[in-house]
Amino acid sequence: MTTKPEMSAAEIASAVAGGKMTALAATDAALARIEQHDATLNSFTDVTADRARTKARAIDADIAAGRKVGPLAGVPFAVKNLFDVAGLSTRAGSKINRDLAPAERDATLIERMEAAGAVLVGALNMGEYAYDFTGENVHDGPSRNPHDTTRMSGGSSGGSGSAVGGALVPIALGSDTNGSIRVPSSFCGIFGLKPTYGRLSRARSFPFVASLDHLGPFARSATDLALAYDAMQGPDADDGACTTRGLEPTLPLIANPISDLRIAIAGGHFQKNVFPEAVEAVSRVARALGATKVVDVPEASRARAAAYVITTTEGASLHLDRLRKRPNDFDPAVRDRLIAGAMVPAPLVDRAQKFRRWYRAQLADIFKSVDVLLAPATPCTAPKLGQVNFNLDGVELPVRANIGIHTQPISFIGLPVVAVPVPLEPLPIGVQIICAPWREDIALRVAYALEKMGVVAAPSPRGL
Amino acid sequence: MANPLDDYIDAVSKALALPVEEAWRSAIRANLEVSLRLGRLVDEFALPDETEPAPIFTA
Repeated sequence: MTTKPEMSAAEIASAVAGGKMTALAATDAALARIEQHDATLNSFTDVTADRARTKARAIDADIAAGRKVGPLAGVPFAVKNLFDVAGLSTRAGSKINRDLAPAERDATLIERMEAAGAVLVGALNMGEYAYDFTGENVHDGPSRNPHDTTRMSGGSSGGSGSAVGGALVPIALGSDTNGSIRVPSSFCGIFGLKPTYGRLSRARSFPFVASLDHLGPFARSATDLALAYDAMQGPDADDGACTTRGLEPTLPLIANPISDLRIAIAGGHFQKNVFPEAVEAVSRVARALGATKVVDVPEASRARAAAYVITTTEGASLHLDRLRKRPNDFDPAVRDRLIAGAMVPAPLVDRAQKFRRWYRAQLADIFKSVDVLLAPATPCTAPKLGQVNFNLDGVELPVRANIGIHTQPISFIGLPVVAVPVPLEPLPIGVQIICAPWREDIALRVAYALEKMGVVAAPSPRGL
Repeated sequence: MANPLDDYIDAVSKALALPVEEAWRSAIRANLEVSLRLGRLVDEFALPDETEPAPIFTA
């Protein structure tokens, strides 16, 4: 069996486990595609070819010996470069972190993916220290949108979006503090899962905002997303925020009917500040799901403001010493935001955290009568690289700060979300499938159903 | 005319030993203005005194 560029993780794992393809062939195919296209996409900062081939050969040896292999056997994947990869300095998109000693051990999520048989092929470009929605990086250059390489991949997990959108790998991992999985998913036309806060371990990843940081997978289908997510679940004492809940596998439930679900459209803030393409995408998804009810999410704009305040202050605290000692080695835009963040008075941060508790209770009330909320993932399709402003509802606003306007009020209280790609022309755009805490299974079921209906899909990369 | 925030920026940068070069000042001021505006939006919202903050910490 030969490989093809857009082979899903599920197809690769099945072919490898069934002896129709070797893990080494699957790995070599991904490495060849990276070699062929990454000069254009700039999604990888490190390619771990030797490590990948060693791992792939070990899987092939297991299969030859009749030993059982995991559900991701031979599936190539890559990680945002804030994950620790043994032997690499965890650069987190920065110049400064390149001086760190190489990591001695992989991040927990890499260990779990590899325990399931997946093969790490490299580390991915990202916005500096994850304080970014664009996918641009002054040190490594921008990761590029696979559908139009003059456009943004989205950030801060830009390389993850670009690599999966460009079909270089079927699965990538990224982080999401305010939207950094959902924004690149939207711009690059792929599926992304931001799980419930605390669901997946963040151990041995470089942090940004401890109160809001999440890790999660990107893929080209809902099934692949569930495969990766299920492989990574489970408690981890190395992350103080990680849940002690047991495994709650989603893949066995993914094809269950969705007719019992109460699905509504998020109103208010989520219907403002949108371009026509975002309105069209939400309409298509809502129509397919028969959702007509609009639920106002109270104080979502204020929630976004509170997320902004917590982000800028916790981010500043994290980097305070680096700001003192190496201010000229930061991206100047990131540095100036972080220095300003250090100057925000403490009572405003405390009030933002208290407001977070209040807002969480409002959403808990909404989820008593609704199972799913639909909202735009981004206000627009991918802007041009370097674009500074856009005109939202008649107001000229900075792109960088406003791309996450619809994602921030959701991650603020850690709700699980699957971003699904609506393949509009000329560019795709994402819709958020938002559920109550710990109900990733429902979000994945809805994503799978939409995919089967043909309403959402990861388009073939048009820019390659 | 001096911006009133500049005195505050100077004072906090001294208190925290943070460098603020003149070339960076206008961008830092602009970012701080946004943060304070959004902080005020949160501050204006009345909350009961008993409200607990949200961060999770398990000892």
